Amino acid sequence: MKGSKKLGLLAGLIILLGGFGYLVYGGIGNNLVYFLTPTELEAKGASAIGAPVRLGGQVVPGSVTWNAAALDLRFRMTDGKNVVEVHAQKAPPQMFREGMGVVVEGKMQKNGVFDASSLMVKHSNEYRPPTKGHRPEEMYRSLVRDQK
Amino acid sequence: MNASIERDYPLTPRWLTLFGWGALAFLLLSQVLGVLTSPPDRDMGDLQKIMYVHVPSAFMSLIGYAVIFVFGILYLVKRDLRYDLLAASAAQVGAVFAAATLVTGSIWARPTWNVWWTWDARLTSMAVLFLMYVGYLVLRAFTEDEIRRARWSAAIAGLGFINSGIVYMSVKWWRTIHQMQSTPGTIDPAYVRGFRMNIIAFLFVFAYFVISRYRVARVVRDVEARIEERALAPNAENVHA
Repeated sequence: MKGSKKLGLLAGLIILLGGFGYLVYGGIGNNLVYFLTPTELEAKGASAIGAPVRLGGQVVPGSVTWNAAALDLRFRMTDGKNVVEVHAQKAPPQMFREGMGVVVEGKMQKNGVFDASSLMVKHSNEYRPPTKGHRPEEMYRSLVRDQK
Repeated sequence: MNASIERDYPLTPRWLTLFGWGALAFLLLSQVLGVLTSPPDRDMGDLQKIMYVHVPSAFMSLIGYAVIFVFGILYLVKRDLRYDLLAASAAQVGAVFAAATLVTGSIWARPTWNVWWTWDARLTSMAVLFLMYVGYLVLRAFTEDEIRRARWSAAIAGLGFINSGIVYMSVKWWRTIHQMQSTPGTIDPAYVRGFRMNIIAFLFVFAYFVISRYRVARVVRDVEARIEERALAPNAENVHA
């Protein structure tokens, strides 16, 4: 009884310390800078090419082209100073729209286009009711429908 | 035997029962009002409603470690084990709210961010906070000596309290996918009352659970102490008579 309790404590501590270790060195270590801005990526120059990074910025209004048949999404992303061309073989996420903050994971290619393997949408801390005539639930449904 | 236990440990006092029912009623009222009276968000639609659970839960999980920390310090200063039991009760309740924060956040994140989980500073520090709640309780469960248990608990409470501060500040200190704290300026007035009412309601529920859990913890401790006494004096018919 006493021995098995000690063993349990030891196992618990190992799991806990292992978990902490993973979080601190595997998780936070790489992620204190969770994403680069287009300006920071630009500053890396040629060394950025081919290295997997997260890139964050705003979707430039009017820059989105989405070909559902080919599953081909292209848009430009900006941090207000620099612009990066992004290409993804993915359907745009439900919240993806022009002017929205997005974070993409992928690699910069030699031709200057960022090849994104995953897309995330960053929501602001604002909560606003829709303006008159705007039906968010309809928009939401149509977005879900478009993905199918 | 039964009679003596009832004498020493009276059933739940009337005020606590009333407080519990009051807290539950206020929580239901706050949830219903929050969900029914606020318009859908322009981006998220009705998904916004999960914030009436997620944000108050997150607050409780942060306050939880502050409560553990205060009672941990009180124990170290006064050397009274009742403070240690209060800290442990807050840890059990706080752990539940920390889990609720992670689960509701994840459910919200999938349709909003397009992922269930990602390792940004806010999510990572919150996961660490949850582990620190679990670790605190695991450590207690495996420490037999109650004085040592109380001291180690107070030490972990210090670490957890520091981490709860890191969780809160993470969105300001580091670039994260998680948004910054909303302020009345970034929330339309239509949502503010629901938020405030639910935070107060969660506080009441938190307090009720901690008080109830503490009452049970004291009974368990006293019964264990009596069993030990009996074991040490096997021939005595009734030690407490």
